[in-house]
Amino acid sequence: MIITDAIEKTGSYAMLMYRVITKPDRWKIFFKQYREELKKQGIDSLAIDAIISIFIGAVITIQMIKNMENPLLPNNLIGLATREILLLEFSSAILCLILAGKVGSNIASEIGTMRITEQIDALDIMGVNSANYLILPKIVAFVTITPFLVLSSMFVGIIGGYCVAIFTDMITLTAFEAGIQYAFNPYFITYSIIKSIIFAFIISSVASFYGYTVKGGALEVGKASTDAVVNSSVLILLFDIMLTKLLL
Amino acid sequence: MIEVKHAIKSFDGNTVLKDVSTTFETGKTNLIIGQSGSGKTVLMKSVVGIHKIDSGEIIYDGRDITQMKRNDLNMLRREIGMLFQGSALFDSMSVLENVKFPLDMFSDMSEEEKIERAKFCLERVELSHALKLAPSEISGGMQKRAAIARAIVLNPKYLFCDEPNSGLDPKTSLLIDQLIQDITHEFNITTIVNTHDMNSVMEIGENIAFICKGEKAWQGTKDEIFDTGCEPLEDFIFASNLFKQVKRAHHIFKEEMKKN
Repeated sequence: MIITDAIEKTGSYAMLMYRVITKPDRWKIFFKQYREELKKQGIDSLAIDAIISIFIGAVITIQMIKNMENPLLPNNLIGLATREILLLEFSSAILCLILAGKVGSNIASEIGTMRITEQIDALDIMGVNSANYLILPKIVAFVTITPFLVLSSMFVGIIGGYCVAIFTDMITLTAFEAGIQYAFNPYFITYSIIKSIIFAFIISSVASFYGYTVKGGALEVGKASTDAVVNSSVLILLFDIMLTKLLL
Repeated sequence: MIEVKHAIKSFDGNTVLKDVSTTFETGKTNLIIGQSGSGKTVLMKSVVGIHKIDSGEIIYDGRDITQMKRNDLNMLRREIGMLFQGSALFDSMSVLENVKFPLDMFSDMSEEEKIERAKFCLERVELSHALKLAPSEISGGMQKRAAIARAIVLNPKYLFCDEPNSGLDPKTSLLIDQLIQDITHEFNITTIVNTHDMNSVMEIGENIAFICKGEKAWQGTKDEIFDTGCEPLEDFIFASNLFKQVKRAHHIFKEEMKKN
């Protein structure tokens, strides 16, 4: 039952994406929606992105300090470990899990509400490819903006670490800075960006799928929103393992 | 003119439309009436192409939509305007933007021409004072009028109205009915109205199809509806005391006319 349901859902998702990924009817309207989505999904997520990143960056630094109190371990390992955790995992995978909650639920509930209030039917009746019109700008915008959110998260997270070095006497600024700069591999940023692009596609397309295929009323829209977040989170974790194995 | 020929539609083995054949005439308000669950909404959604019928034909002025490819169907849909039960205006747009939307998608007019056309349609439905308001800021009746303006902005050949009076007070219902009929005559549109409001039937029913348990049980005009001999239709129409009295008055009037 679960397997057939999953296969059926995957098939429906593939068919929906086939309708989504086509040339827009009007490029002018597409770019207008694209700009609006960039603001809604990207700019409006910057604050939460920055708040979470600065605190997690600081917490990681404090935890590293507490776990590396052995005098045999050099102090610059703290900055190094903070940087690697932020670059490799937090700013891509964990941030995208958080965005799945914020952006994913927003997309699913917005499209779901349009479905139950017959707005999608109205588009179809007009002869508009509703899947392409509603979903493509959201996917393209989120895939475009997520790498920037990831980069800003990396930057702000490291600032969080700096704050610990500046405002506490747990570690010197020099030691933290030395660790941040030690054995830096720029490929880790590329790796994170590649992961974030794939995660962004998963979040926006899965949320759109659950919203677009809602049947019923407000209760079902809420359920679709939850399902969208849960399923995109699971897929992000699954793809995280696969991509880490493939890319590192 | 839209012809429906032997339309059959089932959902999960439950046959909702059982060999329905009917004709919706151009320049007239064609009504589909019936009790809740009789299949009238399925019939309308099948005619408009939201549901694909299992067998039969749906012919729009010689074009059978059951044989059409998606692109051809999309082209035909540009000749269709539809008024939904809940208006289905786009929340993210103002009233003017809602009405202008089909023009943005399908016309090559300049921005000024599009705004002019949208304003003309809004004036036609007496809503020119609400151009910049959001759908959530206007009343149910105004939303219906805005939806009518959006439906006619591309000069459709076919207009579908799904329960246009639901949730409206009797006076506003009358206005909406009158507006639909006026627009139908003015632009010579094939209009199909799905309703179970008997006031609408008596007001604008120029060609009425009564659907009962998935079958077309009767077809005629509002003047013929008093003497149909169709028991399910009589049960449906004259369910309320008011309409029983209207029927009685109609018969008395007819007998008086015969005597004179």
